[in-house]
Amino acid sequence: MSEQRMDWTSHPPHVHPDYKSTVLRGPTKPLIAIDHRLSELTGPVYGHDSVGPLDADLTKNGQRNGEPLGERIIVTGRVVDEDDRPQPDTLVEIWQANAAGRYIHEIDQHAAPIDPNFLGAGRCVTDGEGRYRYITIKPGAYPWKNHYNAWRPNHIHLSLFGPSFTSRLVTQMYFPGDPLLDLDPIFNAVPEAARERLISSFAIDVTEPEFALGYVFDIVLRGPQVTPAED
Amino acid sequence: MRRYQTPSQTVGPFFAYGLVPEQYGYRFTSIADHAVAAPATEGTHIRIIGQVLDGEATPIPDALLEFWQANAHGRYNHAADERQDNLLDPDFLGFGRTGTGTSADASFQIDTVKPGAVGEGQAPHINVVVLMRGMLTHAFTRIYFSDEEALNAVDPALANVPENRRATLIGKRDEASAGTYRFDIRMQGERETVFFDI
Repeated sequence: MSEQRMDWTSHPPHVHPDYKSTVLRGPTKPLIAIDHRLSELTGPVYGHDSVGPLDADLTKNGQRNGEPLGERIIVTGRVVDEDDRPQPDTLVEIWQANAAGRYIHEIDQHAAPIDPNFLGAGRCVTDGEGRYRYITIKPGAYPWKNHYNAWRPNHIHLSLFGPSFTSRLVTQMYFPGDPLLDLDPIFNAVPEAARERLISSFAIDVTEPEFALGYVFDIVLRGPQVTPAED
Repeated sequence: MRRYQTPSQTVGPFFAYGLVPEQYGYRFTSIADHAVAAPATEGTHIRIIGQVLDGEATPIPDALLEFWQANAHGRYNHAADERQDNLLDPDFLGFGRTGTGTSADASFQIDTVKPGAVGEGQAPHINVVVLMRGMLTHAFTRIYFSDEEALNAVDPALANVPENRRATLIGKRDEASAGTYRFDIRMQGERETVFFDI
């Protein structure tokens, strides 16, 4: 079969014991390969009409009575496939903790303050060149209970559909120079050669004077598929 | 220029307000929810209920499931499906998404229409993406239907599955409740659901 399969040199395995929740949740039996037909070559399409006017500005879309606290940042990048072809009109969904490292989610019990003016969720759509851009607050690190003194590095969650069902991607963007990265079992579950692809770059040309620091994060989706099986 | 794929990372425990905010009551809009079909969607309206179970058979209350399917005519609402004979339904995109955290027993429920057969000898099925805290890379599975025995018997994807595991992919029609199917997803164990490498 000539179709491309999951690239396990890029993606973390289903069971990675250092990340304890994988032990009872990750599938353990071999995955079963199937030919690509329309079920795999199609996928949901969400374009510009799925994004509201404030959705790409997380410093504004959760405001109740003022500005959210923390360091404003601009995040931009290109969504491309493995042949570097831009992926236009592609939805990018975003969620993250606030500057204090607290999620608005009600099951987050970390004793850091909720920011009444920050929701931490947003979305944007790529332009004709595959470029996306959103404004947010730099998320704080936060503790979790995976092991003693465990802290997640600063990160922003991202979700993309891409052109077909096979290109679905849910990932996390990290920040350069974060000392917690080396200690994080979720980041380190990724094959070593692929880890740096999850770390954004600081960019002075994206940074806006008197306003916000800029970071660049390109997202590479699984490449184009061959034609459906004939049989 | 060759580029390399951005690695997957877990959806984590706190996805609800970003991906299914309306289901969980957050002040943000949802792009999709458990209602895959609208009341006006053509076809046989069905409900699928189930649970996602971990390796100790404990229901998982923080899983996120996504569903992608053809309409009642067997047509996908996507440019790659060019088969004009299978009509599009203006009231059906074919995508749904739901978390397992808003019911007391961590069950999920989707309301949709039964997909038509897509052709090429395939049995009607719904494509599913399974995500949760503790899954670093999402998993793909499918829901087939127990009342499509003849088509299931010749389906090319099911044919790749060892016979003793096929039942994990079949949504069981509930004879006591018309139009309802039961489909549980077992992440591990003897009856681990079949996950596909696509």
